[in-house]
Amino acid sequence: MSNGFNKIIRDGLWDNNPGLVQLLGLCPLLAVTGTLINGLGLGIATTLVMVASNLTVSLIRNLVRSEVRIAVFVLIIASFVTAVELAMQAYFYDLYKVLGIFIPLIVTNCSIIGRAEAYASKNTPLNAAVDGLFMGLGFTGVLVVLGAMRELVGMGTILAQAHIMFGEAARNITLELSATHEGFLLAILPPGAFIGLGLIIAAKNIIDRRMTAREALTTTQTATSQA
Amino acid sequence: MTEYLLLLLGTALVNNVVLVNFLGLCPFMGVSNKLDSAIGMGFATTFVLTLAAVASWLLEFFVLRPLDIGFLRILTFILVIAAVVQFTEMVVRKFSPGLYQVLGIFLPLITTNCAVLGVALLNIQEEHDFLKSVVYGFGSAVGFTLVMVIFAGMRERLALAQVPAAFAGAPIGFIVAGLLSLAFMGFSGLVTN
Repeated sequence: MSNGFNKIIRDGLWDNNPGLVQLLGLCPLLAVTGTLINGLGLGIATTLVMVASNLTVSLIRNLVRSEVRIAVFVLIIASFVTAVELAMQAYFYDLYKVLGIFIPLIVTNCSIIGRAEAYASKNTPLNAAVDGLFMGLGFTGVLVVLGAMRELVGMGTILAQAHIMFGEAARNITLELSATHEGFLLAILPPGAFIGLGLIIAAKNIIDRRMTAREALTTTQTATSQA
Repeated sequence: MTEYLLLLLGTALVNNVVLVNFLGLCPFMGVSNKLDSAIGMGFATTFVLTLAAVASWLLEFFVLRPLDIGFLRILTFILVIAAVVQFTEMVVRKFSPGLYQVLGIFLPLITTNCAVLGVALLNIQEEHDFLKSVVYGFGSAVGFTLVMVIFAGMRERLALAQVPAAFAGAPIGFIVAGLLSLAFMGFSGLVTN
């Protein structure tokens, strides 16, 4: 059982990461990652929707006829997005204003409906919820890394404007790289988002290749030592 | 008249949906491997996007606002878009089987193209009047098609280029898209609104 969860966790966070491998949900990924906090905010909102929709889809998977299932999934997702949007408007108004149109656009984040169709509609509620959680966290991770990268290169800070998410107490947790860094504007502008994501995917490819090479090496070593 | 022309030019070039507003990236990365399919996807999206902008504007101002049920906006808009896509598919199949052959496979994909929902929502957010909404929808779609075709052309060349192994495929695609976006930034200042 725990083995099954391990696979789900690995899939969501690394092997089948929605942002880096499936290349789904690219629009919010590139649009809101001007700063780390914006990325984190949208990542958490997306994760919430993903867990709730995966759980619901899995619960009703035996009741819905397959001809209308896509329409039902879309409606379920849209309902949860509306709930998250209203909640953010109520409790995180500043963050809500910054993220703007990309909160309602969580509906058309193809990775959510992709998970509902490919995983939740075929598995038990518990597995589906865990899958949603880790797919969401994997997506959030990419948002945070890309956001941090762009913020650091573009403005020389990390965690700027943390107060719009963690409240007034967090206003001073911003880390500044150096007071003299004037910022490399390209990283904040749209081209920086594309290039940054390209570099992250390339880095993942390199790490993956190293890992496969090492695994191959250990297998041959154990084989020779046994012989 | 000039106002509408400027809006059209502004949405198509300066505030390009894909490269500046980051909408519709999934088809932009997913269907741009071949020039033919990029053109097909572009035309299908143009049609749906314009129609969806019109339909959602009518819905907002004749149903949602009079009844004061703005909280149902996301839910109703996504339904309207799905209906428009379905309607387009039926019309095209009935009147132009040739066109259906070309566009058919792309139509279902458009429902999850966030440019369609995004433009519909932006129209409401910017408080555009009816004609402006139509122009905005059409302009965005033209911008989408333009960028899609340019990018597909570049990717066809890129497929033959020798890139470092780690960058092959998606990473180099993103970097080229970044350069294209940089080129489009040259248009900013062309129209000031």
